[in-house]
This record gives sequence, C-alpha cells and structure tokens, in this order.
Amino acid sequence: MLELCGVNTFYGASRILRDVSLRVPPGKLVALLGRNGAGKSTLLKTIVGQAAAQSGRVRFDGEDITSAQPWRIARAGIAYVPEAREIFPSLTVAENLFLARRAGEWSGEKVFALFPPLKARLRHGGGELSGGEQQMLAIARALLQNPRLLLLDEPTEGLAPVVVDEIRRRLAGLKTAGPAILLVEQNHAFAAAIADQIYVLGKGEIRWHGAPAGLRADVVGAWLGVHDVRD
Amino acid sequence: MVFLIQLLNGLQLAALLFLLSVGLSVVFGLMRFINLAHGTLFMFGAYLGVACAAAFDSFWAAFFLAPLLVAAGGAALYGILLRHIRRKSPMQQVLVTFGLIFIGFDVARMVWGRFPYSIAEPAVFAGGVQIFGQVYPAYRLFLIALGIAVMAALYLGLEKTRIGAMVRAGVDNRRMAAALGINVERVFFFVFCLGCGLAGLAGVAAAPVFPVFPGMDMPILILALIVVVVGGPGSLKGAMFGSLLVGLADTFGQVVFPEFAAATIYALMAAVLMVRPTGLFPAATVH
Repeated sequence: MLELCGVNTFYGASRILRDVSLRVPPGKLVALLGRNGAGKSTLLKTIVGQAAAQSGRVRFDGEDITSAQPWRIARAGIAYVPEAREIFPSLTVAENLFLARRAGEWSGEKVFALFPPLKARLRHGGGELSGGEQQMLAIARALLQNPRLLLLDEPTEGLAPVVVDEIRRRLAGLKTAGPAILLVEQNHAFAAAIADQIYVLGKGEIRWHGAPAGLRADVVGAWLGVHDVRD
Repeated sequence: MVFLIQLLNGLQLAALLFLLSVGLSVVFGLMRFINLAHGTLFMFGAYLGVACAAAFDSFWAAFFLAPLLVAAGGAALYGILLRHIRRKSPMQQVLVTFGLIFIGFDVARMVWGRFPYSIAEPAVFAGGVQIFGQVYPAYRLFLIALGIAVMAALYLGLEKTRIGAMVRAGVDNRRMAAALGINVERVFFFVFCLGCGLAGLAGVAAAPVFPVFPGMDMPILILALIVVVVGGPGSLKGAMFGSLLVGLADTFGQVVFPEFAAATIYALMAAVLMVRPTGLFPAATVH
C-alpha cells in the first residue's frame, strides 16, 4: 500500500534520512521506532509532502506521490496526525472534526464512540482543549477523512500517564477496525505489543525491521536506549 | 450636534475603509501576501462605476456591475502576474504591486483624463434626512448601512459556512489545512477575488461622495493599510474595529485638531502598536 524506496531527505545541508525503504501493507499496523532526532517525524513529513525527498520514491497504492502537493496526498487517502496535533484554535471542535470530512465508514457517531469526551466539547474552541482532548480530536479529525492510511506521530507524547493508557487502549481498538497505520513511537514495549511490523530508525537509516517478536536486546540497546525516559 | 454629524461622517468613512481593508487583511492573514494595488482596485471600481452608470443610466447597474468587473480584473491580474510572486519575499510583493499603482494611475489618466468624475446618487437616497434638527445626506447613511450589511454577510460566511471554516483553518495553520486535503491555494484565490470585488464595491459606493480622479486611491490605501496594522491582520474583527478607530480618529482629528489632522491617525497607530504590537485582534497564525 505505502512503499518508500531509497528516500533521502535533507533539511538545508544536513541529511536527515538516508536511503530509507519501508512498506506498510494494507490493514496492518507498522511501528516506526527510534530515539529523538532519529528522523522519525521527518519520515512522516516526507510521506505527506511537507518535507521534500531529494531522491528516492514514495508510492501509495502504486501511484508515485513523491513530489505531489500535500492536499493531493491527503485526498489520495493519507491522513496525518502530527506530533504537535495542530488543532485549529479559531475553529470549534465540531468544525475541526468535520472540516475535512469525507464519506466513508467513519462517521461522527463512530468517532464519538471511540473518543466519548469529544462529544461534550463540540461547541468549544479548538484552543480550549486539554492535551489529551487535543490528541483525541487530532486522531478523530484524521479518521473522519476516512483514510486508507493513517500516520500517527507520537500520539502519547506529553500526556498524563492515565491519558496515555486511554489513548493506547483506543489505538489498540482501532487496529482491528481501521485503516493501515504507520505509528511513530518512543516506547518500544507498547509498539511491540500492538504492531504487526516494526522498523527501527537510527541516525536517519533503517537499522532493523521485522516482526515484533524478533526485536532483540542488542537492537534495543543500540538504537532505542535501555529505558524509555517517558515511561 | 456638530458631534453627531461628525460621528456619522466618521462611521461613513469607517464603512468604506472596512470594505477596502477586509480583503487586504484576510488575504495577508491567509497567505502573507501584500497587495499594495488594492487601492488601485478601489479606484477602478469607481471609474468602472462611472462608465456603467453612464452606459446604463442607472446607479444600481453600476453598483452591482462594477464590483464584479473589478473581481474579474483581480482574478486576471492574479492569474497573469501575482500568482508568480505569491511565494516571493514580501519586499518583492511590495515592489511589484507598488509598480501596479503607477500603471493603474497612468491607465486611468489615459482612459478618463485628469478631470474628476462623479456618479449621481440613486434617486431613493438623493435627499437629506432630518436628524436632531440637522439635515444629513441620505446616501451617506446608506454607505454606513452598506458597511454594516457587508460585515454581517462576511461574518455569517466566515463563521457559519464550511468554506468560511476552511478560510479560518488556512489562516490558523496553512500546512495543517493542506494536510487535511484542503486546496489552500484555491481558497486563497477565492478570498483574493472576493477582496478585489469588495474594493471595487467600496470604489463605486464612494463615487457619489468623493471625486473620481487618477490618484484618488492613494489617501484611502494608506488609511486601509493603517486599518490592517491597527486591527491586526487576518481577522474580520480586526478589520471592523480597525476601520472604526481609524475612520473616527481621522474624522474627529480634522475637526478637533485641524493643525495636526495629518498626524492623528499615525499617533493612533503608534499608540495601539505600543500596547498591542501585533494589532488589536490578530489571527493566531502558524507559518
């Protein structure tokens, strides 16, 4: 479904991604792990067209989207939940949700069933939400685009532990019923628990990939750190 | 009662400034695009109004046609020229659109000459209205009502429609709006044309009150730019309060401190910027 072949992305003169190749099969959850600064967010930005790949190809359902305009990539069926959530503060929660809604399986009802707190907040401004609510809104907004691929950039970052647990339960639930997911995570234990495939990114290169069960201590030690400081 | 008359004069100027500055402000908020030729569109709105009024012998024909013609002209200008400088530095945008002011000035002078024109006000608003024993021109009250009506329409359009939400989303965060599949370029083009049309509307609406001549655009362009700075770019509320403040300050400044008339609005701008460096109601923009 999504395929990256030998992608190189630069910020100015510094090379952030080196020959990255990665696949996300339809309906699967693929986790992308790595330390801060490994290039995980840049990889997602390259897919959605916010960062330009210098060389290499990004294909989605066989179509080359490497230098497509971001709004066309979104319309092709890729939804993106950025690390900073990027809720529109001048829009209400309802407007944030339904602004980019496209017909499909995900409806308002279904999204509120997944994230009940949003329903009570529909008339509030996007800027009035707590961090956890903003994250729920950002994921719900992406789901209402009815994407075939969902990109999630560290959905639990900066949230209170109890909220982290809740978001993780929802994500695990999403896996069975939702689109293909490419999930960027710092917490490899959580990723290993829900992912079908894992890629480990270190200093801009894919260092390891495979099924979660195969993620061994040496890879974890070398590229992911012994403990996740956030957990 | 002089106060009341001046208040109405101030409101009338505010109404015109609002029509002119709202397009300027939202276009800048959405795309950081500066179109100094916005005043030129105002002037062409007035001239095209004069031409339409003569051709159809009707104020109302001019009133409805001139804004459409100016909007179409704005669309053409955008397609031919402005599209290419959209992503350039503000300095290049300022220089190119500043050049357009001179071109517009010469075109107006070649086509219509140096002498001022005017449009007769429509018969309905030809007379005066008694207000507290004073006679006030009905047409000027119509201008105030027009400003309020356009403001209400824009408010509803911006706050209650999906395309309005897209505009606000684009002003908030263009990159994220695009990531949701919104073609921000097209939204921008739509807003740009609407802004041009409103500048044209301001021009034709001003034609029965102000003389129509080459260069009529400069004083009001400067006022409109001050409105954007004082109100804070990108928001309807900013354009509204900015217009009110500048319109009233300019009018009362000329009555109360005639010797400092030219300085009043600059003093106002400086005072506002000292307290609120980004203007009164700037849009919360992420770029």
